[in-house]
Amino acid sequence: MEKSKLTAKVVSQEKLTADICSMWIQADTIAAQAKPGQFISVYTKDPSRLLPRPISLCEVDREQGRLRIVYRIVGAGTEEFSGYRAGDDITVMGPLGNGFTLKDKKAFLIGGGIGIPPMLELAKQLDCEKQMVLGYRDELFLKEEFEPYGSVYVATEDGSAGTKGNVMDAIRANGLTADVIYACGPTQMLRALKAYAEENGIECWLSLEEKMACGIGACLACVCKSRDVDPHTHVHNKRICKDGPVFLAQEVEL
Amino acid sequence: MNTKVNLAGVELKNPVMTASGTFGSGAEYSEFVDLSRLGAVVTKGVANVPWPGNPTPRIAEVYGGMLNAIGLQNPGIDVFVKRDIPFLKQYDTKIIVNVCGKTTEDYIEVVERLGDEPVDLLEINISCPNVKEGGIAFGQDPKAVEAITREVKKHAKQPVIMKLSPNVTDITVMAKAAEAGGADVLSLINTLTGMKIDINRRTFAIANKTGGMSGPAVKPIAVRMVYQVANAVKVPIIGMGGIAAAEDALEFIMAGATAVSVGTANFYNPYATVEIAEGIENYMKSHQIEDIYELIGCVK
Repeated sequence: MEKSKLTAKVVSQEKLTADICSMWIQADTIAAQAKPGQFISVYTKDPSRLLPRPISLCEVDREQGRLRIVYRIVGAGTEEFSGYRAGDDITVMGPLGNGFTLKDKKAFLIGGGIGIPPMLELAKQLDCEKQMVLGYRDELFLKEEFEPYGSVYVATEDGSAGTKGNVMDAIRANGLTADVIYACGPTQMLRALKAYAEENGIECWLSLEEKMACGIGACLACVCKSRDVDPHTHVHNKRICKDGPVFLAQEVEL
Repeated sequence: MNTKVNLAGVELKNPVMTASGTFGSGAEYSEFVDLSRLGAVVTKGVANVPWPGNPTPRIAEVYGGMLNAIGLQNPGIDVFVKRDIPFLKQYDTKIIVNVCGKTTEDYIEVVERLGDEPVDLLEINISCPNVKEGGIAFGQDPKAVEAITREVKKHAKQPVIMKLSPNVTDITVMAKAAEAGGADVLSLINTLTGMKIDINRRTFAIANKTGGMSGPAVKPIAVRMVYQVANAVKVPIIGMGGIAAAEDALEFIMAGATAVSVGTANFYNPYATVEIAEGIENYMKSHQIEDIYELIGCVK
């Protein structure tokens, strides 16, 4: 697989909620290789902000050579991205990270907040019975786009839609079961899923995040505590950007 | 046109090298640049045993730069010798190994292990601000700088570069101490100790509380220190601190650096090293400079 940093073109951009944006990017070489669960580094044009923002791939359109990212405006960098319009340049590097391992068994696809977007390309590519469990603070986004691929269950913190509470509450309230879990979201959610998977003996894949600098495994900023010895330093510090971001739940300490 | 520079008898094809800790041992960046285009690759610090490094978050972005407190995570000398040196030997570039330790004995153990390895120069890190023992503890007291330099020189088969900290009152005092201890080359600057508060979480942005600041915002400080040290010692200097383009590298060279290291720029431009090497050549061509030595220290 070949990585490159390149200047791509914005195809379209829209706001899904007050602070969540969806952008399609024309990036043929990246789209040709990208897998669900991988991410790209997005660079700001403002030279005072040096480091790329790692953003997960929400969809990959190989035929048209396009990538979709759905991201939350959390600071000045993502604020800048949110101002890009069709035809604007956008500097990206990718595809980065390992991506999800696709299994052929009854699956939970669980997303919490801005961990929801990477589940969409996974939902499109997984060929099995799929139950999407999506946890929101309040305002929903992307929910309808999951519906063609399986049954969708929603949890909201404020109870405005679906089960009031978190994704675990939605799983219990709906009496759901699965043989494999794929999840991305806040650490608290991943921690709960790791415990749930262990109790029930379910295979569980978690996508993690951490502050990153290089995005390619050189700087050792984004490590997580791992059960196994890592391939780089031979301690127990796997690199989220390179050895991950997707790990088996029992492999990582959260 | 001559771009070759000489560091303590080691000839580099050009003055551009990597800054320790920003480039691993080159493997990750070899997917982006041809390492044979570089004067040298300076590896991430290696200790006598594996070091797990600091808790996360380990980095934070700041205006025009970044803070890091990786804590010198490294696989230790055994893995390094078996894996990283053979990897680098595939390329036509010089190998400079950055050595870290908690005690003088740690440094010496690594230096001795490297004695019979195909390594061109050793860079001794006495200036890492992010580890409690060793590191900067050796680099802020001139007596300690001179003593550790002398000890390392006694055991080293390769020429020794002492990497200096900017977190001192007068860097020329440390530079002279290293030179008195027998240092063959000096490299500067390591990162400047900084801090960032996350006002939303009301805590430190990085787990270590403080981190080393690097990136374009530190460049004027680094150029000033290189200039001061160049006027205080006779040994050659490797200049670094915020170099992101050939123009930056040329400032360091004109201030007195014989070679330059590219660090943080690698993180946001993986092609930076080679672009800078090419940019220096282009500058020399367009300004009819026959020999890079015409530029080294040309600003007095």
